[in-house]
Amino acid sequence: MQVERVSISLKARQVIDKLRKKHGELIFHQSGGCCDGSAPMCFQKGDFLIGSRDVCLGEIHGCSFYMASDQFEYYKNMHINIDVSKGRGSSFSLEIPLGLRFMTISRIFTDEELKHVKPVSFADVA
Amino acid sequence: MAANPDEVASQKPTLREKYDNYIGGEWVAPVDGGYFEDTSPIDGSVLAKISQSNEKDVDLAVKAAWKAAESWNKSSATERSNILLKIADRIEENLDMLAAIETWGNGKPIRESSLVDLPLAVDHFRYFGGAIRSESGESSDLDSTRVTMEVHEPLGVVGQIIPWNFPILMAVWKLAPALAAGNCVVLKPAEQTPISIHALIEVIADLLPPGTVNIINGFGPEAGKPIATHPDIKKVAFTGETTTGRLIMQYASENLIPVTLELGGKSPNVFFDSVAAEDDAFLDKAIEGFVMFAVNQGEVCTCPSRALIHESIYDKFMERCLERTKAIVMGDPLDMNTMMGAQASNDQYEKILNYIDVGKQEGAEVLLGGEKFDNPVHPNGYYIKPTIFKGSNKMRIFQEEIFGPVVSVTTFKDEAEALAIANDTLYGLGAGVWTRDIHQMQSMARGIEAGRIWCNCYHDYPAHASFGGYKKSGIGRETHRMMLNHYRHTKNVIVSYDKNKLGFF
Repeated sequence: MQVERVSISLKARQVIDKLRKKHGELIFHQSGGCCDGSAPMCFQKGDFLIGSRDVCLGEIHGCSFYMASDQFEYYKNMHINIDVSKGRGSSFSLEIPLGLRFMTISRIFTDEELKHVKPVSFADVA
Repeated sequence: MAANPDEVASQKPTLREKYDNYIGGEWVAPVDGGYFEDTSPIDGSVLAKISQSNEKDVDLAVKAAWKAAESWNKSSATERSNILLKIADRIEENLDMLAAIETWGNGKPIRESSLVDLPLAVDHFRYFGGAIRSESGESSDLDSTRVTMEVHEPLGVVGQIIPWNFPILMAVWKLAPALAAGNCVVLKPAEQTPISIHALIEVIADLLPPGTVNIINGFGPEAGKPIATHPDIKKVAFTGETTTGRLIMQYASENLIPVTLELGGKSPNVFFDSVAAEDDAFLDKAIEGFVMFAVNQGEVCTCPSRALIHESIYDKFMERCLERTKAIVMGDPLDMNTMMGAQASNDQYEKILNYIDVGKQEGAEVLLGGEKFDNPVHPNGYYIKPTIFKGSNKMRIFQEEIFGPVVSVTTFKDEAEALAIANDTLYGLGAGVWTRDIHQMQSMARGIEAGRIWCNCYHDYPAHASFGGYKKSGIGRETHRMMLNHYRHTKNVIVSYDKNKLGFF
């Protein structure tokens, strides 16, 4: 049984459903840096150009979740749960006009989980 | 002491019920009529309604900007300089009012907005007003019959996307050089903090030729993207985070235009053993330098969020730093004695608390704080206690920008290790070096891979010094007169005085 690296809360799933109706297929890319850095960005699939060396950590509610490979170095031992809160991030993430903000909530994998954690794939997709 | 809530309420500046877009010198309602509410992080109260713009509004602003560009792009340096100097005077005359609005909009303590943000904004306009009068072009005599001239011309109309941590100052960092260089601007303030730039525009509106500065409110995906992708925008300047930075570059590639990106950091603040050699004014200054992580509640791209302390002075030095950090006064951001205000938004507040939790899970030791602050004056605002972690540089709290009042401390044994830790980061925006050894100061300043190194000081932002990042902290620079060329084309003109042909054909 493989352990997933990314999961998603029920509330966040509902927001994705809403966004998908308006924008179609979606992806997530974890940001870094200042302001709204360290937060997940939700984009229409194809809008944001996934880097050939970006890492795909898994899928959440039908959306691939990516991160820059150097940043992933610090998430290797982390499980992340994508949740949503009230708020007003300033970035191009699609949920912002709803007055909501996706959030990355992290916790360290247990030793047992680490033995079975799902391998990542690279983003170099057709 | 904190003022009581009633007094604070009376200090709330007079705001308009709603803020429209500022296009072509007029306040214009958004084409599709949408508005959103802007709330204050101080107490969660609604400040005003803000226009929720989209590509239709951006189109109007870009058109208005190009109309103004017909004359502004060709205006004399004298004319532009005089206007910039008048803008500076006008902001200065209205400094207290603008500082109060900045604090209500962003949450920062009034002592910072009135003593730092606004005075720096004033100075920035004066600096660029002066710079364009004193600069001259370059020409070279190639030989007796040929001369080459480097001529600078404005790009035309540029787009600027402003962050929420210094809503006025970061707007001015971008506006002043762009206007000085002869460009017209379409600017989008951050959706969390849109009001103060409108208040600033209101007091300078009569000084600006209509259309030179246009302000579009709204959300990133709806109003930011049309600016970043607009075929008639000739440069985009953005301050924010890495994923959006990549997106801005990607959009710029569609139009083959330049970008300036300032994307944050994880700045090391390095304290060598000689700092504690004497208990004097300099040691006192260095302790203050450590506590600088609390400036603007840590919501600064150059926040000294990693403190590297020589192991031989760690115990003694940290004891003094803890004492100084404990003395930080929290309370009503509108009180001049308050040193730390509210985090700028609810999502920011929750993100910081999650990072504090991650730090604890990773095994970092909480030396101070590590939790929210229940503000008795404003129970509904977003307040977090100044937090000091001790841990190791591989932890996420040492590697990711928390953008809150959180510093992660570690020790080093010698200069080589200090340099290795300082550079072991994806970012390279700022750094501090504290030492009494001038050789060490210089070798560290040159060794650290970052765009701004403060030696025996920190968080100093003169207009006359360039600012920007190495590595993932961004591309390009802000401040300093070199910015003029970041907002201009370089045209080369070669003139031949020789009447005779080359003889090739």
